[in-house]
Amino acid sequence: MKINGWGHYPTINSEVRSSADFSKIQEIISKNTELIPNGLFRSYGDSALADITFSSLKLNKFLKFDLEKGILHTEAGVSFQEINEITIPKGWFLPVTPGTKFVTVGGAIASDVHGKNHHKSGTFGKFVMWIKILTADANIVTCSRNENEDLFRTTIGGMGLTGIILEAEFHLQKIGTSAIEQKTLKARNLDELLVFFEEYKEYTYSVSWLDTAVKGAKSGRGLLFLGEHSLDESLGKNYGHQKQLINLPVFLPNFALNAVVLKTFNFGMYTKEFKSEKDFRTDFDTFFYPLDAINNWNRMYGKRGFAQYQFVIPMENAALNLKKVLKKIADYGLASFLTVLKVFGEENDFYLSFPQKGYTLAMDFAISRKSLEMFIELDKIIADAGGRLYLTKDSRMSQEFFKLGYPNLEKFLEIKHKWDPLNKFQSVQSKRLGI
Amino acid sequence: MKNEKIDKVKTCLILGTTSDIARAIAVEFAKSGYNLILSGRDLETTIRIGQDIQIKYSVEVKTIHLDILDLNSHKEFFEKLSEIPDGLVFAIGYMGEQKESERDFSEARKVIDTNFTLPLNILNHFANEFEKRKSGFIVGIGSVAGDRGRKKNYIYGASKAALHAYLSGLRNRLVSSNVQVLTVKPGFVRTKMTEHLNLPPKLTAEPEEIAKDTLKAFLKKKDILYSKKIYRYMLFIIKHIPEKIFKKLDL
Repeated sequence: MKINGWGHYPTINSEVRSSADFSKIQEIISKNTELIPNGLFRSYGDSALADITFSSLKLNKFLKFDLEKGILHTEAGVSFQEINEITIPKGWFLPVTPGTKFVTVGGAIASDVHGKNHHKSGTFGKFVMWIKILTADANIVTCSRNENEDLFRTTIGGMGLTGIILEAEFHLQKIGTSAIEQKTLKARNLDELLVFFEEYKEYTYSVSWLDTAVKGAKSGRGLLFLGEHSLDESLGKNYGHQKQLINLPVFLPNFALNAVVLKTFNFGMYTKEFKSEKDFRTDFDTFFYPLDAINNWNRMYGKRGFAQYQFVIPMENAALNLKKVLKKIADYGLASFLTVLKVFGEENDFYLSFPQKGYTLAMDFAISRKSLEMFIELDKIIADAGGRLYLTKDSRMSQEFFKLGYPNLEKFLEIKHKWDPLNKFQSVQSKRLGI
Repeated sequence: MKNEKIDKVKTCLILGTTSDIARAIAVEFAKSGYNLILSGRDLETTIRIGQDIQIKYSVEVKTIHLDILDLNSHKEFFEKLSEIPDGLVFAIGYMGEQKESERDFSEARKVIDTNFTLPLNILNHFANEFEKRKSGFIVGIGSVAGDRGRKKNYIYGASKAALHAYLSGLRNRLVSSNVQVLTVKPGFVRTKMTEHLNLPPKLTAEPEEIAKDTLKAFLKKKDILYSKKIYRYMLFIIKHIPEKIFKKLDL
């Protein structure tokens, strides 16, 4: 069947295997010389694509939920959505969640996902106690900080290249209610936005949206969203589903998101907030997963697909480098539909994990000759700044640029070779990047 | 005292938990508040399914080993069963390979023994208990293959036909004892049992669909359920084709 990442680019034909039975999965691994695991296909590019893939979605069982300590043990195909439905009413929440709840536990580990609290809490991988993984020799291995640590540190953030994650156990965070106290601040330009990030860094959750369609002095204007779990216990722990799930049933035509539409949308986003500061109470889904309300929103970009360009750059000269990026985009006459800027905290020791101390910017661009050309120009700015791109979003970067950004690659490959000497676990992306 | 009896949470026993249909039906019973006793040959998987249901639906789940082909395990099963459940779902089944069953009697026998002969030891036991107690329910998973023998799977079909007749007799016997007997006849279902087959998409149901239909039929006190619904009409036609014509068909 045809499979593709969230960006609908690229699309390939793949034989998709699946089973809930470990002995059957062992058989699948033994019989094939090359494959990659996948789940809900929320990585954007080609990291979960291969000629033969293993879908983890049948690994869908919850195995332990310790209500005292807040520890959850599930199979790898369980989604964050399912976890939220079960743990939030009991007063526990994922310690880290990305901007969509439609990711699996296995995928969250393989991408070492981050969320709006990265500056405080780090990545999801930090909360994982142990992982049960099916390695290339078809053995089931448990890895953690105390046992097979090399495999643990390559599997978290390892894009599925060390084996099939079967199960994991991880910590949750305690919450008093299922409400979020949100503060929204309006920044008139990039400098002001960066000052706000610094000023409000004590907030647990922070993320900003910025307007890439406006040039000059107003460039980088945007909104900073801050959030805390509400302490008002009278609010209860009901996890209300998103009220309306809007579906985008068809691909919009390729020209639908043209420059005028983008400019209008970005202008609207910015100006709909009248006040420079606003405090209000909201719910989990609205705060953490605003885009999940629109089913298949990725079809907005048409059949050509799109790429999310997400990089991180160090704090030093960040303002200057971010302005270079925004200027380059303006020079190309392109604008990103949704642009998200956030501060990252310290880097962790998982070899291919993306976050490092600095600023991360994520932008969506439709795939076109022009945008692909622009990405190469942006790569140069990021490389000069000492930054790198997120493998989970990538569909097109070059090997050279990748290797510059990920100095731990050699170490990763050494450990991968130990556990997977015949290089059984490969994706279209890993081949492209020489992982 | 009277109230306590009314408020008591009901318990449903699942026989053959690791089949996809059984697991989905167990989930439906848990969703409607039943505590579960799960039994299966593969105890480890049965326990995992139990943990999953317990965490998701906050009901009590017990698990017991049962290998239907091993009479000794039946004895242990009855010993470990501390209570007679309010009702049961019989979902044990083995399809085998038709060609293999034609050649090799031991394979044919495994099909008949798994689907019919040995389950009787369990079903008779509970039927007697329910009759004594004057309450209970038995949900049996049959198959449209049991409605008319076709060359493609008539040995499996014969075992299911026997099960249908048995359940029908049981229903007739137990109706006066307030015991409900529901025969479920699924058509094609996307399960582990059929994953190697090329199934027609329009006629193929997901296990969850069968399970939802089953619970609905159970609550409505139905006797026989075809799922998907279209099979009810299809089988009506198939059953009424004269044998003279039917024998020449390649269905």
